[in-house]
Amino acid sequence: MNESSIVIEHLGKKYQDATAVDDLTLQVGKGELFGLLGPNGAGKTTTINILCGLVKPTTGTAAVCGYDAVKESAKVKELIGVCTQETAIYPYLTGAENVELFGNLHAMGKAEFNTRRNMLLTKMGLAEDAKRRAGKYSGGMKRRLSLILALISDPQIAFLDEPTVAMDPQSRHAVWDFLKELKREEKTIILTTHYMEEAEELCDRVGIIDHGKLIALGTPKELISKNHVNNLEELFLKLTGRTIREEA
Amino acid sequence: MKMQRIAALTKKELKKTIREPAVLFMIFLFPIVFVFAFGASFGGVGGSQTVTYHIGVVNMDLGSSVNASQTVLAALTDTKIINIHAYVDNQTAQNALSQGNVQAVMVIPSDFSQSLASYQAAPENPAQWINTTVSLYLDQGSLVATQAIPPIIQQTLTAMAGQSQQTLSPFKVQTASLVEVKTNPALNFIAPGMFTFASIFLIMMVAQSFTQDKENGMMKRIRITPTTPTEFMTSQVISYMGIALIQAALVFAMTYALGFRPSIGISTYVFAFALVLIFSVSNVGFGLITATISKSAGAATGLSFLFVLPQLFLGTFVGASLSSSTQIVGKFVPSYYVTNALTSLLLRGAAITSPAILLDFAVVSVSCLAILAVGIALYSKYYKV
Repeated sequence: MNESSIVIEHLGKKYQDATAVDDLTLQVGKGELFGLLGPNGAGKTTTINILCGLVKPTTGTAAVCGYDAVKESAKVKELIGVCTQETAIYPYLTGAENVELFGNLHAMGKAEFNTRRNMLLTKMGLAEDAKRRAGKYSGGMKRRLSLILALISDPQIAFLDEPTVAMDPQSRHAVWDFLKELKREEKTIILTTHYMEEAEELCDRVGIIDHGKLIALGTPKELISKNHVNNLEELFLKLTGRTIREEA
Repeated sequence: MKMQRIAALTKKELKKTIREPAVLFMIFLFPIVFVFAFGASFGGVGGSQTVTYHIGVVNMDLGSSVNASQTVLAALTDTKIINIHAYVDNQTAQNALSQGNVQAVMVIPSDFSQSLASYQAAPENPAQWINTTVSLYLDQGSLVATQAIPPIIQQTLTAMAGQSQQTLSPFKVQTASLVEVKTNPALNFIAPGMFTFASIFLIMMVAQSFTQDKENGMMKRIRITPTTPTEFMTSQVISYMGIALIQAALVFAMTYALGFRPSIGISTYVFAFALVLIFSVSNVGFGLITATISKSAGAATGLSFLFVLPQLFLGTFVGASLSSSTQIVGKFVPSYYVTNALTSLLLRGAAITSPAILLDFAVVSVSCLAILAVGIALYSKYYKV
């Protein structure tokens, strides 16, 4: 692995009696597309929240591009883009206005912003609907807009938490193509997904988390071969005893 | 702190206000419709409660064989509903009136006793009387004072002259107003409270906005950007102050259309609007406190009434019709001081620099900033992703 973008060491997070993350140690290299897989409540989102500086860990450390996620969270926030699990957009703003708001929150210059906005809206298939209120968008369009909001600032590291949930196959493949393009640009991507074929298609490496613990780490091919299974779906079942399911 | 972020968030909040029908109604239409309906139906004030009127007296009576002024003052005191405050000159008394310390000022002329003596000497011969005029200045900020005090004074003077009914008398009571308002006195009385009233509903909107943004993940999303809490809160305060300004302008336009014409200068208008703006800060604070304890936008709507109702019933024109003890409780809510200051400014003609106004302004400023600080601190401390 080349230079690390993310370094997690003995990370732990407890909520009263519940353990969300348990002694997690992990490194993600620069330009790597890393899949964080696990059933609901496994600790994936908590891990991402810690890396984004939203949640303080109970134990251990997490660093993003060399910056401590807790002590230097302001610096970390300048380098990352996050597509949250919720389809978080302002319904009363148009698609373009939502994008403009987040461009401003990242203090982007006008020329840079215009170029990037136009490129993202086109690639995500929202250029023609950009002036419509986002509240009127279909579920898939909202997810694509949410992804644009995460990537508008051209972040060095993108945290994409279930970015293709509720997308039609066409939209999903458009997103896949775009993520591959980001990878070619040496962007680091942390992807959580319930779609095992998505992880197999896109991820350089995957880490499987269950009950807050990292139970498997490697390239999809390595893990499939090592565990004598046919695909990640079967691997997941074998390791956790459960099938991975989408949240309602 | 980057202005680009603050401006973008402020713009977003204002667009929300304009584009969301429920928000538009609650912030702009509801206060106006409610105030209009309430103002139109606002009838008698005071009800059957026992009241005391504070009257400032400037006694210039030089005396005569009888000391008529002392007799009339004693008679007024004996009514048990008049509390006399003596002032050495008219200017001092007028200052007290303009600051709301007394509800009326009565100026007893120098020839008052002589007038009574002349009447008693020849009660059947008006040509022999020395006619005189008692000047009465009334607080136009008090509907009760304008309606109740003049008849009491006239009745007392008539009784003192020994007349069983009002016939010819050497005494004339001349009423004067600090503010020339001759139409729709009920509206004049409640108008200052209307400005305060409209802004109070910001509490609900702030609480709903913050809980909604938390529920739909927008708060989390913004916190992931480089936007600092200071930038975010500044944008919110600016947004809601802007909304409060529009509210005040709409309420003023409505009251003006209904006949409210305070005789004040531009600087007083500016000061009055500034007061409403500062007051709106406390409503952002109360909204944040509500958002802190609310788990959903629906809960926020209900819980916001914990703050809306006391501010509404104790501090606006609504409170004026409550009992005197309840009005004392009102001194614990910021809206009371805003309404009080606006009443003094708009109706009593008090100067911006008068002690009562400055005191109200200080109380409003300090309390509103403190409430905002508490709101921000609580929301920041208990906000969970």
